[in-house]
Amino acid sequence: MSPEELEQIAESEREKQSGFQHRVNVCVAAGCQSCQSEAVKTALEKELAGKQISGGCQVKGVGCMGLCSEGPLVSTNRGVLYQKVTESDAGLILDSLDANPVERLICRTDVPFFERQKKIVLENSGNIDPERIEDYIAAAGYTALMQVLTEMTPAQVIEEVSKSGLRGRGGAGYPTGLKWSTVAKAVGGRKYLICNADEGDPGAFMDRSVLESDPHRVLEGMLIGAYAVGASEGFIYVRAEYPLAIKRLKIAIRQAERLGILGTNICGTRFSFRIDLRLGAGAFVCGEETALIASVEGKRGTPRPRPPYPAQEGLFGEPTLINNVETYANIPPIIRNGGAWYAKIGTEKSKGTKVFALAGRIANTGLVEVPMGITLREIVYDIGGGIPEGKKYKAVQTGGPSGGCLPEEFLDMPVDYENLSKAGSIMGSGGMIVMDESSCMVDVAKYFMDFCMSESCGKCVPCRVGTYQMNRILEAITRHEASPREIDQLQELAELLKSASLCGLGQSAPNPVISTMRYFGEEYKAHVEGHTCPAGVCGRNDEESER
Amino acid sequence: MVTPGIGADFAKPTPPNSSDKRWKLVDATMRRLGHHSRGLIETLHTVQETFGYLDEEALRYVAVSLRVPFSRAYGVATFYAFFTLKPAGEHTCVVCMGTACYIKGAPQLLNGLKKDLGVGPGQTTPDGQISVLTARCLGSCGLAPAVVYDKEVAGKVTPQELRNRITKWKPHVS
Repeated sequence: MSPEELEQIAESEREKQSGFQHRVNVCVAAGCQSCQSEAVKTALEKELAGKQISGGCQVKGVGCMGLCSEGPLVSTNRGVLYQKVTESDAGLILDSLDANPVERLICRTDVPFFERQKKIVLENSGNIDPERIEDYIAAAGYTALMQVLTEMTPAQVIEEVSKSGLRGRGGAGYPTGLKWSTVAKAVGGRKYLICNADEGDPGAFMDRSVLESDPHRVLEGMLIGAYAVGASEGFIYVRAEYPLAIKRLKIAIRQAERLGILGTNICGTRFSFRIDLRLGAGAFVCGEETALIASVEGKRGTPRPRPPYPAQEGLFGEPTLINNVETYANIPPIIRNGGAWYAKIGTEKSKGTKVFALAGRIANTGLVEVPMGITLREIVYDIGGGIPEGKKYKAVQTGGPSGGCLPEEFLDMPVDYENLSKAGSIMGSGGMIVMDESSCMVDVAKYFMDFCMSESCGKCVPCRVGTYQMNRILEAITRHEASPREIDQLQELAELLKSASLCGLGQSAPNPVISTMRYFGEEYKAHVEGHTCPAGVCGRNDEESER
Repeated sequence: MVTPGIGADFAKPTPPNSSDKRWKLVDATMRRLGHHSRGLIETLHTVQETFGYLDEEALRYVAVSLRVPFSRAYGVATFYAFFTLKPAGEHTCVVCMGTACYIKGAPQLLNGLKKDLGVGPGQTTPDGQISVLTARCLGSCGLAPAVVYDKEVAGKVTPQELRNRITKWKPHVS
């Protein structure tokens, strides 16, 4: 494979596609698939076979189009988007290709949900067939890799990534260029590269969507990373709960190997790289890098103290680069357009865009990609369409069990790593759950503490015992049985966990409690002193909750 | 790595039931990973995919084949939530307990199941018909609350819908 051969593939694919005047894209990512989008696609194909459409028409399965709550979504190359499409609509959609679109099914795209987004990571999502490498290549896929292999030294690649200002999208926000240069400088016989696709935060589905919609982009990012740091073997650690993502990754790896994009002497250079999948088995703690490494080694996923950092001693004791799916997915466009281009987007310290999974009590649920520095209000009210059923906004939860809940006063805060952590939450991997007045914040804090308690690996005492104790107190509060003394204990325990736990899980487990106590202290008070739950969630019996 | 007591040149272990062709799949996974202890989790994934769950016999066979102590195989199998040591019922009903599903009514769905079937998360009805499970997050947050009936994901599930579905599996629930 040479740059010329790659261009040839792109050329012939583009030619093939331009042979059709019409194209109908059906979302076949997990969200729409669970609304039977595969059946819609089959129905479209069946109808198409019996029709004569002038100019020709192609039905294509594509990745996520973002607005998951209105699926199954179907789009045409004329820019029409249809929502909640059923099998019986197939004929109608095809018949209208040359005429006016089907009014009843139209999903407007001139709304903020679509217009306010800026797509870099998701640029191909919803446009290309995730199961065909040719489609990715036709969309300028693997050109960044070619550029890197034929024109750049590893040092130049790292320089470009550093210039972009990209920070780790897994949550902690460590500068990617710095991490890469540490691994590149590390002395070791063999270096490894890992892609963390163990999206464990409940309420987050960005990585899943990227893997299902554009798997080659992640492979390309990994290849560029491997070249930059000198790694020869890579692993994608992906959740076993994501069967579709696994299937598409396997297809993508096989296709890339067949074209000589993965394997030995890639593109005739001395660079060799192979990628294997490792399936996670449902352990939240494996999002922590040392625990993840233990899991890839086939062991229980328990973390170990750092240093040494994985950059020096990682997988099998060798220097290892670990980045998250979204981080790798950002790499090809950074190389193609230059680090300076990327650095122009975002805020001073947080560059580029971030993909968020919007969910909860919000009108438009789904996946959005927005520039850093956008305010929460723009995300919740403009893009998200506000709170449905005339209810009142209460909080937005970011960062999952390691993050916090932000009340109304933070709605106008620009979203970036620093601001979120100053406000007592974290960027996290990008889950954003909106809550209205029907949610009790003590109950939400209990939910996350219960999560951390069961996910604590048990290795260090502060986390193992502390999460249990905190959960016990929160349960007592929600049963209206806690004493004011226990609120103080909760605070003490929170401090203890933060400072004494071994890894990020225990250190950040108190965050939901601390942030809700800080911003919704009166709700705790109402539970303890007034023995009532203002939202009417706690102490409700089963009879009532059925309604 | 050689585990003391087993030795480097140990005889090739035989599967618990060698006439069962499904063990060939498990053996193939171990072969692909070079019978290395690193392949333990991958192998357990194959066993569970093939047999539905991990029983003690299977764990012992995998441990001996990969030359790891049984305690390590058991430790890994019980550490990860995805692995199950008990066979599931004829049908499974997985209620997603991710944050979005939680605040949109997943606890009420579980309460309903408990009332209709008399079993809670992780349990199977005494007749072996239905297993109730919970998931950390299915990543279908846009469709909250989500439930997986056998392998089919359903979104925006109401307690009534759930009950109708269960009734189809178990007609005498009313």
